[in-house]
Amino acid sequence: MDMAEEKDREFWRWTESNWKNPDMEWKDAGHVTVGIDVGSVSSQAVIMADGRILAYSNMRTRSDSANSARNAMDFALEAADMPEDRIGYCIGTGYGRVSVPFADRSITEVTCIARGAHFIYGPKVRTVLDVGGQDIKAIQCDEAGKVTNFLMNDKCAAGTGRGMEVFSDLMGVSITEVGDRSFEYEGEEPEAVSSICVVYAKSEAVGLLRKGWTTEQVLAAYCRAMAERIYSLVEKLGLNPEFAVTGGMAKNRGVMDRLMRLVKLDRMETEWDPQIAGAAGAALFAHALCRKGKGRKKRS
Amino acid sequence: MIIAGIDCGARNTKTVILKNGRIIGKGKVRTGFDLENAMDAALDRGLASAGIAREDVRKIGVTGSGRNAMKTADCEVSDIAAMARAAHFFFPDSRTVADVGAEEGRAAKIDEKGNVVDFVVNEKCAAGAGTFVETMARALEVTVEEMGPLALESDTEIPMNAQCTVFAESEVVSLIHAKTDKRDISRAIHDAMVSRIVSMIRRVGVNEDVVMIGGVARNPGCVEFMKKALRVEHLFIPDEPEFGAAVGAALVTAEKM
Repeated sequence: MDMAEEKDREFWRWTESNWKNPDMEWKDAGHVTVGIDVGSVSSQAVIMADGRILAYSNMRTRSDSANSARNAMDFALEAADMPEDRIGYCIGTGYGRVSVPFADRSITEVTCIARGAHFIYGPKVRTVLDVGGQDIKAIQCDEAGKVTNFLMNDKCAAGTGRGMEVFSDLMGVSITEVGDRSFEYEGEEPEAVSSICVVYAKSEAVGLLRKGWTTEQVLAAYCRAMAERIYSLVEKLGLNPEFAVTGGMAKNRGVMDRLMRLVKLDRMETEWDPQIAGAAGAALFAHALCRKGKGRKKRS
Repeated sequence: MIIAGIDCGARNTKTVILKNGRIIGKGKVRTGFDLENAMDAALDRGLASAGIAREDVRKIGVTGSGRNAMKTADCEVSDIAAMARAAHFFFPDSRTVADVGAEEGRAAKIDEKGNVVDFVVNEKCAAGAGTFVETMARALEVTVEEMGPLALESDTEIPMNAQCTVFAESEVVSLIHAKTDKRDISRAIHDAMVSRIVSMIRRVGVNEDVVMIGGVARNPGCVEFMKKALRVEHLFIPDEPEFGAAVGAALVTAEKM
């Protein structure tokens, strides 16, 4: 690959996806509900048939929240191969939740993430750590998936998905490979970079590369700093087992494995994409309302 | 008696040559990654501008985040002490001083002799430092020097939601996409940064006269919006404010002899 081509690659870009449960069909469902989570970086739509996941989509949020919600919805509908008028109720959540034009109501993401984590990880979950594009939330919940306490950092990019995107771009390593490559170094694990701020961590990383560190060593040092940053937040809230992680960062083992060393608990496992927790929670609330007889708003 | 003060900052390294309490030479270089080299080079420039040789210098005082790098220095001066002494040197009536550089910011309350009474530091977050405006200038595709004057031409206030430099950059890009006037965006950027600096200064108290040193004091937009936010008529800024800490380092070193 020549340099010009290398420069044009968007290392931060991850693959957008949609999925449908092959064992389910919308035609068999009583209530079909949708949850849409419009985050700062990614948007998801989860379609549920009678409270079970029928299909979902996971896409990048564009500059406009309403369009991003529309795109996620269309992509999920495409997977489900279902007409939109089949939807019984739709709830928006996430940073852009008030700008989902076709939602019947909105619910805050903390509430939806806890409910969604309860669903995708099972009812034993008590602490949910959500590491999203622009904030980190630590949530405690009860056996029903109801929030009992939470903490949030949304002022600073350190430890967030956006911070990782900026870093993967700087290092020229695809964001989906950062985790694995951060373990491919020789010898002892490098110390964490000392800067919390993403802007300063960037200059620190450049300095380390000039000093002769390998890309993998720098990735390790940065992932470790992010893990420490995230840990400082969850630690404040208190860690009750069982512990589950949601949001895009849950897929980065470079940060997650290092975080779990600090947390000293096992991390719950799931067959579902941990990024859809918020949208799944919203779809579940929509399902509960649907069963109570709530219908869609009239649309012109 | 000739004293050299060197301030090794995150972006630039500055030297001031002081002869019997008068500035006779200045030198500035990019810091880069080799701090010791940068300090040597800045010193040489300062000596050249003063027209003297290294042997003529009695003592060397160092300050700034990279000050440890110069092993042969005679005196290490904390950033806070350097800034306080510099403020007192330029403006003897000053009681509050702020020093905002590329990556760090600090503010101190000082007494009538230039001694530090109280201080706060920001060295963890780029949002209240020069890097913030620099990053945003890149997003706006203008030079850093153009940013301040551009902001001063704006008559519309747009609040920025983001504090963090990383998030603010995305917000600026959204504003550009929404075809917002560059002058208004630049003003929003300055307002955001200034509010961070001012909240830092408020923690030590706004005691007249307020002095500002550091490279950010060169930005006329920043200065104007700071005056408004601090509700002061005048902000006292020395010529070439980025040399402030180096002057302070030289002064503290001279006193210790």
